[in-house]
Amino acid sequence: MKAWIKYPLMFAAFVLLQVLILNQIHLGGFLNPYIYVLFILLLPISMPRYQVLLLSFLLGITIDWFSNTLGLHAASAVLIGFLRSPVMALISVREIEQSDYPGLKQTGIKWFLTYVAVLVFIHHFFLFYLEVFSFVGFFRTLLRSMLSTVFSVLVIVLSQYLVFRK
Amino acid sequence: MRDLYRFILRNHVIFLFVLLEIISLVFVFNYNNYQKSRFLNSSSQFTGNVYNRYNRVTEYFRLSTVNRQLAEENARLRKLVGIPKTVRFIPDTLRGYQNSEFQYIYISAKVVSNSVNRLQNYITLNKGSKDGIKPEMGVICADGVVGMVTNVTPSYSSVMSLLNVRWNISAKIARNNYFGTLSWDGKDSRKVYLSDIPFHVNVFPGDTIITSGFSATFPEGIPLGTIETVDKEGGSSFYTIAVKLFLDFNALSWVEVIENNRNKELELILKRNSNDEGLD
Repeated sequence: MKAWIKYPLMFAAFVLLQVLILNQIHLGGFLNPYIYVLFILLLPISMPRYQVLLLSFLLGITIDWFSNTLGLHAASAVLIGFLRSPVMALISVREIEQSDYPGLKQTGIKWFLTYVAVLVFIHHFFLFYLEVFSFVGFFRTLLRSMLSTVFSVLVIVLSQYLVFRK
Repeated sequence: MRDLYRFILRNHVIFLFVLLEIISLVFVFNYNNYQKSRFLNSSSQFTGNVYNRYNRVTEYFRLSTVNRQLAEENARLRKLVGIPKTVRFIPDTLRGYQNSEFQYIYISAKVVSNSVNRLQNYITLNKGSKDGIKPEMGVICADGVVGMVTNVTPSYSSVMSLLNVRWNISAKIARNNYFGTLSWDGKDSRKVYLSDIPFHVNVFPGDTIITSGFSATFPEGIPLGTIETVDKEGGSSFYTIAVKLFLDFNALSWVEVIENNRNKELELILKRNSNDEGLD
C-alpha cells in the first residue's frame, strides 16, 4: 500500500481504537492500555525526525481532544517521538538496516520486543506521573505504569501477528 | 547572526522537541484550571458527534440494565403518586416555568461518553444550550448525584463527574443532619469519602448519606450512599468515613440536569455574606 494512504488510515484507526475501545478498559482502575503509541513506533525509520515529532504531537493532541486530557498525551507522545531514534541507535543490530519499516516481521521478535517495551514504558511512566502530578503514592503510580506497560506491549505484539502480518 | 541560524538548523530536532513539549505542558497546566479550557474538549461538536454515533450502536447492549433502572424508577414514582397532593408533576423538558413556584426544573439527557478510570473523569451529555443547559447546573440520576455541568455547546454538554479528585460536594448524614464534605480519592469508582465529621457525632456503618442542599447546585435530600467503614485517624479531630455509592458510574445511561430557579438569589446572598466577612 502507498505510504500517503497507509499512514493516514493507520492514524485514524489507532485514534478510534484508543478512544472508543481501549479507553473503556480499566481493570481495577489500574490497567489503562495505550496502544496508539504503536503508530509512532511504526513510522518509517528514514523519516526525518522533525516530521516524526510533528506527527507525534498531532496524534497526542487528537487523543487528548477525545479524552478530555488536553496536553497530557501530547507531551507523552512527543517524548516518545523524540526518544525513538536514540533508542533505535542503542539497540540496533544489522537486521533493521535491511528494512525501512520497523515491524515485527521485518526486525525479529527480540529486537521488536525490546524496542516496544522500552518506549512504551517511558511513555506510560511519563504519562501517569504527569497525570497524578505528584510523587505522593509513588509506588502505586509506578506499579500502575508497569502493569499497563505489560498489557500494552502484549496487545501490541499480538496485533503484529494478527493485523500487520503481510 | 548566520552562526545562530546554522546552530538552530543543526539542532532543529531538539528545538522542535522542546517547543512541542512546552506547548503540551502549557495545555496541561492551563487545562487544570478547567474554566480556562473552554476550547477542545469532548463537548465540542465534532467529538460529541463521533461519540453519539458510537453510542447509538452500543446502547443496544445496555438495554436490559436501562430497562431495569426505568422499572425501578417507575416503581418509585408510582409510590409517590400514591400520596395525594404532596407531589406536583413538573413536565420533564418543558420550558416556561421561569417565574413559577417550582424551585427546581429537571431536564433529562442521555450519557454519550463516560469514564471512571482517570483521576479527573468527565461525562458528555447529548443535550446542550439549545435545551436550556448552562454551566454549573447539577446532574443527578435515579441513584444519586452524577456531577456538575462545566461546558456547553448548542447540542452537547460536558459534565465533571463526582469521580473527579478536584471536586467535592456538601453532604450530610440523614439520621442526624451533621454535614461534611464528600470527595473521591481517585481509586475505587464505588467508594467516596466523607470528611469534616467531628468525633462527638455518633456515626455507624450503614447510615445513609444525602446531599445537604447548602449549595445552589443540588436540592437537599438526594440519596448518595451508605457508610461502609468509620475510622479515627491519629492526629486528626475528624472521622475518616468511607461511603459506598448507590450509583454505579460504570452503568450510567440516562441522567437529569437540574435547573435551580432561585440560583441567582442564593448566589447573591452567599456573596453578601462573604463580603461582610471581609473576604474577596
